[in-house]
Amino acid sequence: MSEESMVAVAEIGAAQDDFELLHAKSPVFYPVYERKSQLKQQTHYCPGCGHGIVHKLVAEAIEDLSLQDRTILVSPVGCAVFAYYYFDVGNVQVAHGRAPAAATGLARACPGRVVISYQGDGDLAAIGTAEIVHAANRGEKICVIFVNNAIYGMTGGQMAPTTLVGQKSTTSPWGRRPANEGYPIRMCELLATLEAPAYIERVALCDNKNIMKARRAIRKALEIQRDGGGFAFVEVLSPCPTIWGLDAVAARNWVAEKMVPAFPLNVFRDRKPGPLPGGGPEPRSVAEVLEIEARTADDSSKIQHASHSFQTLTVKVAGSGGQGALLLGQLLTEMGLREGLEVSWLPSYGPEMRSGSAHCHVCLSKERIGSPLISHPDVLIAMNEISLRKFSPQVAPHGLILYNHEQLPEHFAPPEARIVCIPASEIADKLGSTKAANMVLLGALLEETGCLGADTALRVLDEKVKKIELRNTNREALEAGRQFVDKEVWTGAETQPDGFAG
Amino acid sequence: MRQLCKGNVAVIKGAILAGCRAYYGYPITPASEIAESAALLLPQVGGTFLQAESEVAAINMVYGASAAGVRVMSGSSGPGLSLMQEGISYLAGAELPCVIVDVMRGGPGLGNIAPEQGDYFAMVKGGGHGNYRNIVVAPASVQELAELTMLAFELADKYRNPAVVLCDGFVGQMVEPVDLEEREAVVPEKPWAVEGTAATRKNLVTSIYLESDELEGHQRQMEAKYALAAREEPRHELYQAEDAEVLLVGYGIVSRVLRSAVEKARQEGLRAGLFRPITLWPFPGRALVAAAARAKRVLVVELSNGQMLEDVRLALDGRVPVEFYSRVGGNVPTTEEVHTRFASRVQAAA
Ligand SMILES: Cc1ncc(C[n+]2csc(CCOP(=O)(O)OP(=O)(O)O)c2C)c(N)n1
Ligand code: SF4
Repeated sequence: MSEESMVAVAEIGAAQDDFELLHAKSPVFYPVYERKSQLKQQTHYCPGCGHGIVHKLVAEAIEDLSLQDRTILVSPVGCAVFAYYYFDVGNVQVAHGRAPAAATGLARACPGRVVISYQGDGDLAAIGTAEIVHAANRGEKICVIFVNNAIYGMTGGQMAPTTLVGQKSTTSPWGRRPANEGYPIRMCELLATLEAPAYIERVALCDNKNIMKARRAIRKALEIQRDGGGFAFVEVLSPCPTIWGLDAVAARNWVAEKMVPAFPLNVFRDRKPGPLPGGGPEPRSVAEVLEIEARTADDSSKIQHASHSFQTLTVKVAGSGGQGALLLGQLLTEMGLREGLEVSWLPSYGPEMRSGSAHCHVCLSKERIGSPLISHPDVLIAMNEISLRKFSPQVAPHGLILYNHEQLPEHFAPPEARIVCIPASEIADKLGSTKAANMVLLGALLEETGCLGADTALRVLDEKVKKIELRNTNREALEAGRQFVDKEVWTGAETQPDGFAG
Repeated sequence: MRQLCKGNVAVIKGAILAGCRAYYGYPITPASEIAESAALLLPQVGGTFLQAESEVAAINMVYGASAAGVRVMSGSSGPGLSLMQEGISYLAGAELPCVIVDVMRGGPGLGNIAPEQGDYFAMVKGGGHGNYRNIVVAPASVQELAELTMLAFELADKYRNPAVVLCDGFVGQMVEPVDLEEREAVVPEKPWAVEGTAATRKNLVTSIYLESDELEGHQRQMEAKYALAAREEPRHELYQAEDAEVLLVGYGIVSRVLRSAVEKARQEGLRAGLFRPITLWPFPGRALVAAAARAKRVLVVELSNGQMLEDVRLALDGRVPVEFYSRVGGNVPTTEEVHTRFASRVQAAA
C-alpha cells in the first residue's frame, strides 16, 4: 500500500470513528423525503458528493442554533436545486444564479429571519456574478453557502468559472487554457475587496479536520444571521466524484491536492457585524406622503370657476433648456386646474432636452381631453428663434404666437397667425433675473388673451415658489409682461410681420 | 382634491394606496420617475426601495419579496423588460403575484426613448419561456395609471400571477390631474407565503415539477385560472360606438388621439366610434364583437407594426373588414392624420 493510500485509509478510519456524530440525521431534515417522486429515503446526490456533507453541516447548525422556525433556504439551479426535498425549513427555489437577488427580496421582506442562499460555482461565479457581488456590496443580511466543485455537476461536467488550469471538462476538452478561458475565479478574494461583508471564509471538505472547520464556519455564518445579520459567505471546496471520475476517497484527495493550492483556505473577513451607516426619513401617514388632502367643504373654494371664452385652448411652449419653457407650461396647467378646467401637460423628454431644446404641450378644456398631443396649437410661445422657425408653421390660422425678442428674425416667412414680439429676456434681465423671461411671457399671454386669470397666476406662483426673493421677481416679471402688452403692443393688427416693440 | 401629477409618479401613488411596500428596479428613460418616486415615497410609509444592479436582479428581488407574501413591484421600459422576461416566467411558474410596469419606448435594440407600443407581443403574448400568461392592463391617462396599478395588484393577488401595467412614454411622462382617495388596502391572506416562521415552515415556492404528469397537472391548473380570468376580467371603454359605422380601436395614448378623431368626425357628420381595450390580456374580444356589430369597417391604430391587430382580427374573425394604421419610431399620429385616413375611405365608400 502506498503511503498516500495509507493516509487515505487512516482518514476513512477517522471518519468512521466519528460516524455517530457525523451521520445522525438532524431533525432539520425531513424524516422521509416526500417531495421526491421515488427513493424517498435517500438523497439524489451521488455517493461521496460534497453537497451531502454541506447539507448535513447546514442542517446541524440550524438545529444547534434553534433556527429551524426562522430559516428560509433559497435553493439554486445546479445539483442542489432540490435542497428543498430535504430541509424542513421555509423553502424558495429560484432561477439560475439569481439566489442572492431573491434572497435580498426575502431578507428585506422578513427582517430578523435567517435567509440562506445555497449556490454552486456555475450558479454563483458565472451566471450569477453580478448578483453575488452586489448582494455582498450591499451587505445584505444573508448567509451564502458557496459549493465550489470546479465543475458543472448538474448539466454533466462542463467547465465552471472555478475549473482549474489544465482541468479537462466536456467544454474544455484540452484542459482549461487561460489564453482561451481565463483563470479560475477566486470569489472569496474578490468579495473581500468590498467593504460591507461581515464574514468571508474558504474551507475544504478534504479531510475530517477540515470538515470540522467547515462546520464551524457554517455555524458562524448562521450565528451572524441569528444575531442581527450581516453578509456572511462560506466557500466550500467540495468533491464531485461522479464528474471528476474518481472514487470518494480519491475525490477528497483531489480537493486537498489540486483545489486547495488554487483556492487557499483562509478567513478573509471576520468583522463584528453591526448595522451599516444608514438613516432615512421619519415615517409619515400615507395621506401626508401622497399629499392627499381630506375632502372638505372648502375644496370648492380652491377651485375658482372662471368663465372661459374657449371650449379648448391648446398652447405649445418651446425654448432652449434652462429658459423655463416646461415650467411655464406647468404653471399654465396648474392655473387651468385651479379654474376648474380639464388640463394636460405633455413635455418633450430625454436627450432632446439635454441637447438644449425643450418644449411642452398644454391643453386646457371644458371637456375631457382627447389627445394631449397638439398638432396645431392655438398659441405658440416661442422662447427662441429656433423654436419660432420650427413650430410657427404648425400654429392654427386663427392662433397667436408670442415671440421672445423685440422683432422677428430676418428671412422669416410669417404664418397666418398673429405674432406678438416681446423682448421678455431683456425685460427679465432688467428685473435682475434672465430666468424670469418665462414669467414675462406668461404675463403677456394672460394680458393678450385673457385666457386665465392673472390672480390665479399669482396664487399659483405664491404656492409653488418657496423662496421669497424669487417669488417677488416672478411677480414683477409677470406684471411687466402684462404692462408691456397693455402699453406697447397695438392689439388691433391681425398679423404683425415686423413684430411690435413700440 | 384633484392634484397635478406625472404619470410615472401616479404609478407609485396608486401602488402605495394598494398596499405595495416594496419596489426593486433599475433606471431607464422614460420610466425612471417611477423608481425615483418609489425611492422618495416608499421609505416614508415604511416601505423598501432598492435600486438593483440590473433588471435581472430587480425581477428576482421581486420574486423573493413576493415569495414572502408582500405586495411588490418593479418598473422599466423595453430593454429592461427584455432582461426581466426570465424572471417573469419564473414568477408565473411559481404562481407569485407582482406588478410590473412597462413604459414603452422605441425599439428594437436601443431604439429610442420616444413612445411606442412595440412591447405588446412581449408583454401580452408572453416573452419568457413556457406556457404562461401575464395579466395586462393599459392605462390611457394619469388617473388611470394610478387606478389600474391598484387594479393590477388586486388581479395579481387574485390569480397569483404577474400583472403588467403597459403604457407608453407619453402616458408615463404626461402631467394631468389625479383624484386620489385614501383607502384601506385589502391584501388577501397568503397562506402559501414563505416568511421564515413556524407557521410557514412547510411552505415551498418553486416552479420545478420534475415529473411530466406533475408539470402537466400544474399547467392545467394554471390554464384553469387563466380561463377564469378570461371570463371575468376583460375591461374596455366605448365612446360613441353605438351607431358607429367606422369603429376605431386603440389603447393607451393612441386611444386619446382616436377619441379626438371621433369627435372631429362626428362634427362632420361621420358616424365614427371608439373601442378602447383597458385589459390587453384578457383581451375584451366579445365586447369588441358587440361594439363592431353595426360597423362597416374597423380601423386599428397602433404605435407598432401591427401587434394588437392580431387580437382584433382573431376576435372579429372576418365579420368586419379590419384596416390598420400605424406610426412607429416615436411618432404619434395626430388627430388630423387619423381623421384623414379614415374619413377619405368612408367618403370613397359612400
Ligand atoms: C439560464 C439557465 N442557463 C443554463 C441552465 C442549465 N444549468 C443548470 S445547472 C447548471 C450548472 C450548475 O453548475 P453549478 O452551479 O456549478 O452547480 P453543481 O451542479 O456543480 O452543484 C446549468 C448551466 C439553466 N438552468 N438556466
Ligand atoms: S454530479 Fe457531482 S455535484 Fe452533482 S450530485 Fe453528483 S457528485 Fe454531487
